[in-house]
Amino acid sequence: MIGMRPLPLLIVLLMALALQACSREDFSEDEKALIGQLRLSQLGPLKPDPSNAVADDPRAAAFGEALFFDTGFSVDGTVSCATCHLPERQFQDDRPLARGIGTTDRRTMPLAGASHGQWFFWDGRKDSLWAQALGPMEDAREHAGNRVAFAHRVERAYRDEYEAVFGPLPVLSGLPDEASPLGTAAQQEAWDRIGDDRKTEIDIVFSNLGKALAAFQRTIVHEETRFDRFAEAVIAGRRPEGDAEFNSLEVEGLKLFIGKANCIDCHNGPRFTDEFFHNTGVPAVAGLAGDRGRAQAVEQVLADPFNCMGPYSDAKEEECEELRFMVRDSPEMEGAFKTPSLRGAANRLPYMHAGQIATLEDVIDHYSAAPAAPGGQSELRGVIFTDRGRAALVALLKTLD
Amino acid sequence: MRKWLLAGVVLAALAVVVVVAVRMLMPPPDDLDLARSKPSDGGTYVVSVEPEAEPVERGELHAWIVTVALPDGSAVADAELTVDGGMPQHGHGLPTAPASAGHIGDGRYRVEGVRFNMGGWWVLKFGISSPAGDDTAEFNLVL
Repeated sequence: MIGMRPLPLLIVLLMALALQACSREDFSEDEKALIGQLRLSQLGPLKPDPSNAVADDPRAAAFGEALFFDTGFSVDGTVSCATCHLPERQFQDDRPLARGIGTTDRRTMPLAGASHGQWFFWDGRKDSLWAQALGPMEDAREHAGNRVAFAHRVERAYRDEYEAVFGPLPVLSGLPDEASPLGTAAQQEAWDRIGDDRKTEIDIVFSNLGKALAAFQRTIVHEETRFDRFAEAVIAGRRPEGDAEFNSLEVEGLKLFIGKANCIDCHNGPRFTDEFFHNTGVPAVAGLAGDRGRAQAVEQVLADPFNCMGPYSDAKEEECEELRFMVRDSPEMEGAFKTPSLRGAANRLPYMHAGQIATLEDVIDHYSAAPAAPGGQSELRGVIFTDRGRAALVALLKTLD
Repeated sequence: MRKWLLAGVVLAALAVVVVVAVRMLMPPPDDLDLARSKPSDGGTYVVSVEPEAEPVERGELHAWIVTVALPDGSAVADAELTVDGGMPQHGHGLPTAPASAGHIGDGRYRVEGVRFNMGGWWVLKFGISSPAGDDTAEFNLVL
């Protein structure tokens, strides 16, 4: 500014004022309606999960919390749920691919508010949080445990906690140390030798571990963000104050997000997700088999003995509406993955279902370029962003941290 | 002559850009037929639809009541209904597979398992089969 002549100085000041005015810029009624739906306050209370009778039992949640952090539920005592779902990192691990005993083929998902969704894992191959929780525990790349060993561990370390919630543990004497229908060849053989009644007893214990873990995860909630404070003020017709005030770039990002960038089509509602599956043409990962996403998960969820209609569910069949009305054979599900919540996403790189995209800027470039999908048909139709538009969207996303 | 040709090419290119841009921004058409009662496409029935509860909330699984009558107003109690739909401007279908739970009296059918996971223009398409014939009816709604 030093040495600047009065006229340019005046112009600069006027421009600064205009930019400042932008931060309090009025939104149209349509824009306000869209902004309003994104507020965290619009996220209703968690719906009951009829398939999990202890979903909202605090004793189950406390038991589930202990399980969540216990590395004793893994093959070598080194892996717990918290190995990949780190509490101090939004319950995810910042890696492109999750790493337990081995390396998986998907990115760890954050857990806040996850229980508001209907389908779990990136491809929705589980229809409840409790059924989801069972997957990693027996996956050879994650906990690599087995359900009979888990039952023994519960008996040794958690009998009181378990029985207070679920009633008496079955008699485990005479069972092998390790057995599972999904384990190693030896574990599968051991499982085959167990009688059907005892298999069912073990499966009940196993499913109850999932139900306790789900009860705990239902307590992991989103925190209010700068975005929410700004949006509440806009809807109330107040001027946003303090950190709730958006600068012109953030306002521009919001207008793009709900407007011509079409982000809100899928990233809608208070969680910034429609909880559904979309093919967005995310590139395949070199070295990994082609990932069909939702298309290959439909049969898996139907065949899952731990689904809502299965024998370990507490729901009546008619209560399993998601499963009953699931889209089963749609070409749109080929290469489709679940829309992630954008809350906290700016601080949670890398992005996409296998961490294929390193930064937010790169994500926006991906949506701009809209490349053909490696499998199936991408829904993207390419929105061309200016450098400022890209910066504006990134600025907006940072208000959700 | 060459200048005019060039201008024509530029205009054509601009027209394409405008068409693409309009499609991208995509407000539903102004003249969208939002009628909730109409003759079926072949005129076999008069079909009326309404959500079981208003307003329809984005993201919520809910039911619709579909009423089927003959053109003379008499209720059709023995129809089989199929349900389809989607978002014409997005080129995708419904996120669920809704189904008719059967006749609930007076030509009314409860269609369960409907969800609209985005705002915008949605279409619900019903296939109707009864001894009176096979026909279809399509309804628009904007969320």
